[in-house]
Amino acid sequence: MKLPQDFSLFRDYGMVLVLVLLCGMITWATWEEQHPSDASAGVALANGLYDLKGEELHVAIMARQTKSDDEFVKAIEDQIAERGSSVKAVIRVRNPRDARIELEQLGVSNTRINAIATHNFCFSTWGVLKQATLDGLASNHKSFKDIRPYKPKSRMGSAFLSAENLIAILNQNAPVAIMAIGMTLVIITAGIDLSVGSLMALSALISAVTLRSWFGDADASALGIITAFLLGILVCTACGVFVGLMVTWFQIPPFVVTLALMMVARGLSFILAGGADPVDIQATGAELLYSGTILGVPNQIALMLCLFVIAHVVMSHTALGRYIYAVGGNEQAARLSGVPVFWVIIIVYAICGASAGLAGVMDASHFTSGRPKAGEFFELQVIAAVVVGGTSLLGGEGKILGTFIGAMILGVIQNGLNMQGVDSYTANVVYGALILVAVLVDQLKRKLLN
Amino acid sequence: MSNDSAPPPLLEMKGISKSFPGVRALDNVDLTLHEGEVLALLGENGAGKSTLIKILAGAHIPDSGHIYIDGEKVRMESPAAAQQAGVGIIYQEFNLVPALTARENIFLGQHSMFSLTNRSQERAAATELFHRIGIEVSTEALCRDLTVAQQQIVEIAKALSQQARIVVMDEPSAALTPREVEGLAAVIKELKDQGIGVIYISHRLDEVEAFADRITVLRDGKHVGNQTIDEVTRDQMIEMMVGRSIENEFPKAASKAGEVILEAVGLHRLPAVKGVSLTLSKGEILGVAGLVGAGRTETARLLFGADKLDSGEIRLHGEKVEIKSPRQAIKHGICLLTEDRKSQGLILGQTVQENFGLANLSDFSARGFVSRKREGSAFGSYIDQLKIKVTGGSQIAETLSGGNQQKVVLAKWLQQNAEVVIFDEPTRGIDVGAKYEIYLLMNELAAQGKAILMISSELPEVLGMSDRILVMHEGRIAGEIMDPASATQEDVMKLATGSTGEVAVEV
Repeated sequence: MKLPQDFSLFRDYGMVLVLVLLCGMITWATWEEQHPSDASAGVALANGLYDLKGEELHVAIMARQTKSDDEFVKAIEDQIAERGSSVKAVIRVRNPRDARIELEQLGVSNTRINAIATHNFCFSTWGVLKQATLDGLASNHKSFKDIRPYKPKSRMGSAFLSAENLIAILNQNAPVAIMAIGMTLVIITAGIDLSVGSLMALSALISAVTLRSWFGDADASALGIITAFLLGILVCTACGVFVGLMVTWFQIPPFVVTLALMMVARGLSFILAGGADPVDIQATGAELLYSGTILGVPNQIALMLCLFVIAHVVMSHTALGRYIYAVGGNEQAARLSGVPVFWVIIIVYAICGASAGLAGVMDASHFTSGRPKAGEFFELQVIAAVVVGGTSLLGGEGKILGTFIGAMILGVIQNGLNMQGVDSYTANVVYGALILVAVLVDQLKRKLLN
Repeated sequence: MSNDSAPPPLLEMKGISKSFPGVRALDNVDLTLHEGEVLALLGENGAGKSTLIKILAGAHIPDSGHIYIDGEKVRMESPAAAQQAGVGIIYQEFNLVPALTARENIFLGQHSMFSLTNRSQERAAATELFHRIGIEVSTEALCRDLTVAQQQIVEIAKALSQQARIVVMDEPSAALTPREVEGLAAVIKELKDQGIGVIYISHRLDEVEAFADRITVLRDGKHVGNQTIDEVTRDQMIEMMVGRSIENEFPKAASKAGEVILEAVGLHRLPAVKGVSLTLSKGEILGVAGLVGAGRTETARLLFGADKLDSGEIRLHGEKVEIKSPRQAIKHGICLLTEDRKSQGLILGQTVQENFGLANLSDFSARGFVSRKREGSAFGSYIDQLKIKVTGGSQIAETLSGGNQQKVVLAKWLQQNAEVVIFDEPTRGIDVGAKYEIYLLMNELAAQGKAILMISSELPEVLGMSDRILVMHEGRIAGEIMDPASATQEDVMKLATGSTGEVAVEV
């Protein structure tokens, strides 16, 4: 069977199909009534109430003392004020019993209340908000005449398919995906790098420790923070160069070199941390790499997407890309064609080291600490992403965008398992099995196309 | 053989047809083999020889046609069934496990998984087999330590140990030195005397003339001829294979050697190269002959910077140059077409255009970006110029025939506009028609003023195509033949063996 040229996208990136299928499955499995309780739901609820009652609106807000409820409550308050009215009372409590006590007190103080704004959780689980209970209260307190509970409109949907969740998936998997770029190049040259997870921790610790001891800890300037982060990345790049030298000059198999480096880097991370506890980063601004945004896109996601685009262009449109494929396809032939094999190998491992270093400083920014245990077993996740993305472990073939898809497939599987509330042991079993199935589907597709 | 009481032939394949998607590989082909007979199966690459052999080996099932052994119909449904029926195949690429001994390889797969092996019994059996073949190989030597010729003997012994009565040899001489080929001749004679039928596949017609009793010729999947060896001339064989007559196997054009371009003085790299000096001039084809292991390929690799020199000097246009890597050699206008295209010349999994472009990316890039369009149009002009048979630039290199692969490699170097072109075994594994085209291209390059160094183990080729011949022996230049036209193969062999010309049969 021969496919027309237009199918090349599908043929090269058949894993897209697997990703779409997976997303469809998880959406289907999580399709149920959604009860929004975020800020926008609060705004909508406030508007609805005002439109319903107008000047006659006497609303109390009832919610738990949680962080997410803070936003909900604040949104209602602000929106009611916006419309020219005000909230009569805010009841923030730990449990329904306290809610009832506070409500009674409002009745005693004769505060006029005819609407209670809350979200679905309280509405459906708290006895105090049952209409019968409220009617009972109204008969005791005149100011509670016609009191009713109100909650935001619910709708059918999937918690998985929300923009929030999808962005969270991208954000959570950015470090693994970025390391997978470097790993793809290494695997295309028929190599492997087991050290990336440990290098990630090393980079995080070098950043944290230098910030603390050289750049004035909490007083570190922006320049100091950037320098500390760059230092972490630089050391990891140097480690990559070292691996490249061992592989080319001494002909040591990359598996062995990077296995050794994996242990050395992990050990050094613990030594730098002085134990298993993280080294805290006090400097303000260090968290921005993780929490900041560019044009509304979280930094980590923007960085990841940029790097994938650059890597894709390099691999498909530049001489370096060609050389990397050639070295993996047939090192002898590449050398005899004038390809500078030595430099290609060095560059590839250096890039892989640098990507691990970047993932490390991202981790440090995320947790505002250098964690010696950061990136444990990440090397396997990274390799899995590359392989699921269709890159051959034998070298010579593979696609950068395939790797992106591979990393996202792994992220989506993990997210889906979380959403289904699968416990972590079972999740591991399913995760492993699904990786195998994903690659199997790809193999079958190739057989079909040939 | 022609009277009625004659026994049925050992093997008969009748009306064999086989199609693959889009190709009719075999169309109603017949083949007959008698006891104690050597049948040469001839044809260009793609003529259907391998398919026919694979059907005999049980690796392919024919669409139609039947196979008879001793007049009885047999069904070759699997390689095991073929083995059972007494067919032993010695493929060009041996099926030996390098880390096992000769003895272990011979009996590999003949024991059930959990049975014990009897080493001394096996050793006696292996020795007996080698004795039957007439050549002694140490039964306990690891296969990776054996020479190619010795490995071939192990393969033959393996076939005989499985009671093979039909032995198929696919290009058995391709990797052998002339001396080893003599040894092979003796082995084939030995097999014949024991009543074994041999099917011999080779591109080397002089061997076919020397070894075979009869020839069967295939062309484009069809059976085109069946003759006893005494009835045909070499030119007729070629004509049957190619479908047209080729006037002259070696179309040597008169060439004029100009000034010296390349000079090598006292090249040393132990153990293979022990002091080689040579000069190469503009417009000449310098042949380099010698036995395998004489240091010819190693010398070429030194000139190309693929290996490091221990000592010695390379001069280009009279000036000393440092060539430390192929990359530098290419910059100096030297290029090498390796003897083994598959492992050294091409990246088989990539497209022909990518292979062509690999050495020339700077020609097609601007600001670091490679223009596939410019690369494609440059390659397109070579497709026409060299008559490369490809569906387009995006065809995968692995799927090309040997001759076309060689042309792709050649195109890569022509784009470099190299002054010095080193061909190492330029026509190995390439069929007659394509060989002829490669020779014409070499002439053309010489006429354009390029200096050509041609390493070859095929003596007729060296004698037929060179302006001058250097003969190497054990890492040194043993002699030079200034006038190949009047030289004989014996003259070359005398120098190559470093002797007075006694060519011992020795493997």
